[in-house]
Amino acid sequence: MSMEIAIPQPAERETYLNKEYGVWSWLLTTDHKRIALLYLISITFFFFIGGFFALLIRLELLTPAGDLVQADTYNKLFTMHGMVMIFFFLIPSIPAVLGNFLVPMMIGAKDLAFPRINLLSWYLYIIGGVLMLHCMLTGGVDTGWTFYAPFTTNFTNTNFIEAGMAIFVAGFSSILTGLNFVVTIHRMRAPGLTWARLPLFIWAHYATSIIQLLGTPVIAVTIVMVAAERALHLGIFDPKLGGDPLLFQHLFWFYSHPAVYIMILPAMGIMSEIIACFSRKRIFGYSFVAFSSIAIAVFGFLVWAHHMFVAGMSVYAALVFSLLSYAVAVPSAIKVFNWTATLYKGSIHYDAPMLYAFGFLGLFTMGGLTGLFLAALGINVHVTDTYFVVAHFHYIMVGGAVMGYLGGMHFWWPKISGRLYPEGWARLAALIVFIGFNLTFFPQFILGYLGMPRRYYDYSHMPEFQVLNVLSTAGATVLGVGYLLPMIYFLWSMRYGKPASDNPWNAAGLEWKTASPPPTFNFDEEPVVTWEAYNYEELDAPHTEEVRVAR
Amino acid sequence: MSTHSSSSSSPLKMYFAVFFALLVGTGLTVFAATLDLGRFNAAVALGIATVKATLVALFFMHVWHASEKLTKLVVIGALFFLLLLLGLTMTDYATRLWS
Amino acid sequence: MPDSTIVGLHHEEQHHPELLHHFADPQQQRDASSLGMWVFLATEIMFFGGLFCAYLIYRRWYFGDFAAASKTISMPLGATNTAVLICSSLTVVLAVWAAQTARRTLLLGSLAITMLLGVTFLGIKGIEYRDKFVEHHVPGASFSFENEPVPGHPGQYANPHHAQIFFSLYFVMTGLHALHMIIGLGIFLWLLMMAWKGRFTPEYHTPVEIGGLYWHFVDIVWIYLFPLLYLIDRHP
Repeated sequence: MSMEIAIPQPAERETYLNKEYGVWSWLLTTDHKRIALLYLISITFFFFIGGFFALLIRLELLTPAGDLVQADTYNKLFTMHGMVMIFFFLIPSIPAVLGNFLVPMMIGAKDLAFPRINLLSWYLYIIGGVLMLHCMLTGGVDTGWTFYAPFTTNFTNTNFIEAGMAIFVAGFSSILTGLNFVVTIHRMRAPGLTWARLPLFIWAHYATSIIQLLGTPVIAVTIVMVAAERALHLGIFDPKLGGDPLLFQHLFWFYSHPAVYIMILPAMGIMSEIIACFSRKRIFGYSFVAFSSIAIAVFGFLVWAHHMFVAGMSVYAALVFSLLSYAVAVPSAIKVFNWTATLYKGSIHYDAPMLYAFGFLGLFTMGGLTGLFLAALGINVHVTDTYFVVAHFHYIMVGGAVMGYLGGMHFWWPKISGRLYPEGWARLAALIVFIGFNLTFFPQFILGYLGMPRRYYDYSHMPEFQVLNVLSTAGATVLGVGYLLPMIYFLWSMRYGKPASDNPWNAAGLEWKTASPPPTFNFDEEPVVTWEAYNYEELDAPHTEEVRVAR
Repeated sequence: MSTHSSSSSSPLKMYFAVFFALLVGTGLTVFAATLDLGRFNAAVALGIATVKATLVALFFMHVWHASEKLTKLVVIGALFFLLLLLGLTMTDYATRLWS
Repeated sequence: MPDSTIVGLHHEEQHHPELLHHFADPQQQRDASSLGMWVFLATEIMFFGGLFCAYLIYRRWYFGDFAAASKTISMPLGATNTAVLICSSLTVVLAVWAAQTARRTLLLGSLAITMLLGVTFLGIKGIEYRDKFVEHHVPGASFSFENEPVPGHPGQYANPHHAQIFFSLYFVMTGLHALHMIIGLGIFLWLLMMAWKGRFTPEYHTPVEIGGLYWHFVDIVWIYLFPLLYLIDRHP
């Protein structure tokens, strides 16, 4: 799409970025946009730590023998990779960065309902992160990110209690973000912005918040029980003392399965924004896409025990959960079909955000379809704890959530920074990420189907798996480059990028009707909404003035 | 949601009535626990507790007079998810052949 | 902890009487705070829900052992504590009503009595915990539960491991409940100070209202804990 010619900004215009300077103006800020940037820096830091562990894992698997690291180290590598990526990158990624930045702007509010709680949430995240780093530096944890009892409670020699505390604290940061979003979306909408006019990004974040609010407390109390059990040998999860380890798994997955939807739902919200904008069309089936977000949030709570089919729970329960797991595919499919229908006869622009959106569509569909395999009892038993599962959830979390996150970062970067990123590099990066991702994880589907178990550092008794593992490691290297590129050119653009106009994509949505970067209170005048979301036909119609708020 | 949406008449009577009902409920629970009702002991105890909790929520927490449905939705929603947690976990525990 | 929200919510309102800059009017601010507390209580329901889930399963499995263990907790103390909490709930609604109707003495008195009742509750809880400690019923290395008869099954003795699970749940549940009480006392201390300074008016008393919501919720949790932990099988 052609960028609008940048409107020269008067040098003295006050924005949230230049209003105040100094460390404390950031560390004590209650401005949701500044807090979003604090989150952006912190989660990027953890993303690269988690990525570093992933790279070591892939390097170890380059050869069948266990040569780079030994078993204990390898166990710690995949545990820390999982814990860091899930609790310190994926869960906060889109909600705490883009959500924080955009939810108030999209609904025409000056800030979130509880700005100080928002800041508190970031500090909790940082406290959790520091605990996690300390835990890592003093030896790490080898329980797997799932920290199953009774291994975690009775056997591991690593310091799980500290890692548990880190997750506990980070969990409350996540709850506070969700609480803020729910209240903000209910109470702070601009006049005229009815629920049926909300951007789908808002619907997605609303659904995400529901999961954060209702799921996270359960894992919090589970961590309390695990820590108490580990410290005092109570017997709650210890079969030797009459406890039931499966109870741990039930409680753990009651949160951790819906947690997948905490990661993917916001990415789906981003998809709706990007696909509508770069097809220049209203989202097909708006209300279906909106309500499918809520449906995913609710159904997501009904399926957790498909993680436990081989764990020894009752056959009847396995049947029930298998059936329910299929049900959650319905709202996800509704979304994919509606996005595809939006593309149909749209005037499609292949800008970088849209390339990420296409990547998301394909990869998420792959991840979702293989998820159906795993919902089927028989196949699940066959591929349990193999690389098939690893590939499946990476297609959802990396192919889905991270693709969405990157697409969103590109889409809103002009709004966040007031600068344009270099489009050519961005398209190249999107392509590299897509290729690198598939090269990394597609071979893992095959590996898993052939029977390579996950969490093994040494496969020297099955050297025939090496070719696919080499491909996967090569892909991980490409993927690493693909992730470094955006960081470099985003940083570059902050100084050297062309100034962005208020609405470089000519997109609908209130966040584009204020300056780039926005002033501290987002809008100089309270917006009044009189139009439906995604009114692209209206925007693109000749001789129509763009509806904008006077500045 | 403002709590003064009810009429201007003093709600004190209602507060004290609920208070006495709660005390009576407590006494009733203790008394019922001393009776041998077989498997219904638990049902009676939980039933009384639920009545008491409902009284507190409706009248002390003003859910009854809440000016909007959203409060009720939040309460009912949370209870629904609690029942999901308990109910779906029980699909496993109630149907295990080996325990 | 979940309770950091509470502290935060209160920070939120410290700038009374002026309206916080990002709200359009006082009504919006009040509605936001109130919804925030209700949503927070929803998370609290799930927080305790995980414990109730564990309790439900083990109680079904080890009913006799749970009943035997439950019998060793003092029912009079538990019942007294229930009554104490119910009284405190009454004083909380009186405090809210006093704030609404600008009755300063009643407001201060109700808040103070609420706190007094809260401390009484914790004191009685402390006596209970001390008894359990003396009887070696605290789970851990020195736990002992030998030769305790299973109610209704003469000649049968409770399995100490299973009883230990009961006491673990007892301590975790009542302990987390007590922690919520302590946080509630902190909130009410703050409310008392604000009320002393005359910060609450019929127009602005949201902190009293949402602090009250929190207190009532803690009361409701206890209303369930009492029969579940103290009254499993008490009949002679």
